[in-house]
Amino acid sequence: MFAHRHLLGIEGLSRADIEAVLDLADGYVALNRQSDKRADALKGLTQINMFFEASTRTQASFELAGKRLGAAVMNMSVAQSSVKKGETLIDTAMTLNAMHPDLLVVRHPSSGAVHLLASKVNCAVLNAGDGRHEHPTQALLDALTIRRRKGRLSRLTVAICGDIAHSRVARSNIILLGRMENRIRLIAPPTLIPPGAERMGVEICEDMAKGLEGADVVMMLRLQRERMDGGFIPSMREYYHRFGLDAEKLANARPDAIVMHPGPMNRGVEIDGLLADDINVSVIQEQVEMGVAVRMAAMDLLAQNLRARNEPGGAITC
Amino acid sequence: MLTLGNARLVDPEGDRVFQGGLVIEDGRIVEVFEGARPGLDCGGRCLAPGIIDIGVKVGEPGERHKESFRTAGAAAAAGGVTTIVTRPDTLPSVDTPETLEFLQRRAVEASPVNVLPMAALTKGRDGREMTEIGFLMDAGAVAFMDGRAVADARVFARCLTYAAGLGALVLGHPQEHALTDGTCATAGQFASQLGLPAAPAIAERIGLERDLALVEATGVRYHADQLSTAAALAALARARATGLAVTAGASIHHLTLNELDIGDYRTFFKLRPPLRAEDDRAALVEALADGRIDVIGSFHTPQDEEEKRLPFEEAAPGAVGLETLLPAAMQLYHGGHLSLPALWRALSLNPARLLGLAAGRLAPGAPADLVLFDPDTPFVLDRATLRSKSKNTPYDLRRMQGRVLRAWVAGRTVFAAEAP
Repeated sequence: MFAHRHLLGIEGLSRADIEAVLDLADGYVALNRQSDKRADALKGLTQINMFFEASTRTQASFELAGKRLGAAVMNMSVAQSSVKKGETLIDTAMTLNAMHPDLLVVRHPSSGAVHLLASKVNCAVLNAGDGRHEHPTQALLDALTIRRRKGRLSRLTVAICGDIAHSRVARSNIILLGRMENRIRLIAPPTLIPPGAERMGVEICEDMAKGLEGADVVMMLRLQRERMDGGFIPSMREYYHRFGLDAEKLANARPDAIVMHPGPMNRGVEIDGLLADDINVSVIQEQVEMGVAVRMAAMDLLAQNLRARNEPGGAITC
Repeated sequence: MLTLGNARLVDPEGDRVFQGGLVIEDGRIVEVFEGARPGLDCGGRCLAPGIIDIGVKVGEPGERHKESFRTAGAAAAAGGVTTIVTRPDTLPSVDTPETLEFLQRRAVEASPVNVLPMAALTKGRDGREMTEIGFLMDAGAVAFMDGRAVADARVFARCLTYAAGLGALVLGHPQEHALTDGTCATAGQFASQLGLPAAPAIAERIGLERDLALVEATGVRYHADQLSTAAALAALARARATGLAVTAGASIHHLTLNELDIGDYRTFFKLRPPLRAEDDRAALVEALADGRIDVIGSFHTPQDEEEKRLPFEEAAPGAVGLETLLPAAMQLYHGGHLSLPALWRALSLNPARLLGLAAGRLAPGAPADLVLFDPDTPFVLDRATLRSKSKNTPYDLRRMQGRVLRAWVAGRTVFAAEAP
């Protein structure tokens, strides 16, 4: 199971791969709720977090995940280092590679940058978000949250709302939820729907109330404020009026629908503040908790393959 | 006097392929004959006018580490390209007669094939002030192009009006820059899945329609450097139907590759304009076959490893193409889309006519710029074997057919393949 050298995206994962990560992560959720949170799956291994784009949550989550599994974790804030001095991504990668890390967690503002880097290093690479392309651990943690809340991860109606065009979270979730055979609806103004989305096995809806009808899961996305200058939407207040999630719009979804958000939230732009904090519907804090467990599981699986590869006669393809 | 016999002559003008040969004297063809005669035996292989490639980037001045006139000339000769028409997007741009003279001196010193320079239409190619079009023509510029759209319609209109007065040829780059700036792919499902910033294909039609309207108003001689979308081809057909005499080119890459070839962010497939959907590629091939597209070029753009070993968005666009133009074009022949004479109209005869050259034909009086090739020889391209200094070809490791055996410029052999 999980015959992969890297975790670059959901695209390369099968249903069984996804379930393997989630099953293992369930165990880590339990571990993380104990007072003694130590495990040794990554004992002796070195994990480097390379974030070419500022991030607090994801980086902290990966750091904690690695530390709880016994890895030596190093954070490189590449955003303000040698890369600014003109060193190329490849050179940075080769330099780090020479220090023999085992796990490399990378976030980069360019789509495909993590693929490029993975092709040049010997260690296992985890994509922590590349441009508008993929953010696989986010989709996996969302999946874990849904599975635990709904008791299943298929035959659900999932509405993904907001700035889908610029969202790697949406892309990874569309692939994952599609692979698990769910009904997916994209709700956004047409300027924020990626071209060709209609061929990605989703329904597209411009009317939020209609789009939310019968939804089991409502996934909100962050409206990236820098998009405001790009003329994608006329104003934040009109956006909130038409696409912001509030109790009234949510009433169209199933009564037991859950509300998700990858964070950080813009309260009053894409989601009503009170709704976001309503523990009866919002699972936003739970998503953060699942994030650590899923990242532990993903790194554990990659480390198992890494160890198998280093043993005599051991070889893992892909 | 040199007689080339036992050849299959590819005659783009007469639209036929026949057994025969040529007699060459003082660098020119003096006689074309059918049947057998003693002379240099071409072994029954195809003999055609040398390719005239409009839009070749050579790294001189400024980027000799990417390509020099020596390496570009060697690559061209090995690819059966006997005339390269160079682009002005160098460092600095070719926008003064002085730079143009430097370039011509270097070309004569170092290149075995003919070099005809194009010059920038605006100073620094920045779309603000027109270049000294008159002086540049006197210095030998055969056409004017910026290689990107002149964004300001007023500036462009004045350039075209002025160029029309001098009878200069202008090569437009029809793209609506407001849509294409900052993008590196064609909007659609594929680009969305890869998460690449993309421009809609319609940007090309918008750019072309603007250019065509200005051409109609100014009467300038205009050639669209490269079209790549079905929507732009339809706009071109509409303009021609009203009697507007404009010509258009296409790149061999857009005729033979589509966006799916980009695969996992392979930067050798990053081109400008970006590769298109398969429907657009098919429409382009059809337009080439029915004559809406007049010229095929390689748009040879050498980039070194540094510029390509980057994330897709950040990598430099462009591909080398001088040595792969002929075998890639053979794909269109073997696929049954075009006959050899039809291909050679786009590779040789039409470019010559566009530039007012006597070349591109197999006829007495034409310069003996020739290519001998075997359209069938199969091979797997290994980019390390390219003569270009830069090896950024999208055809690396691709199975191809068609090998250049020999090339002549003005009757002089500039390339001869080693016997297998």
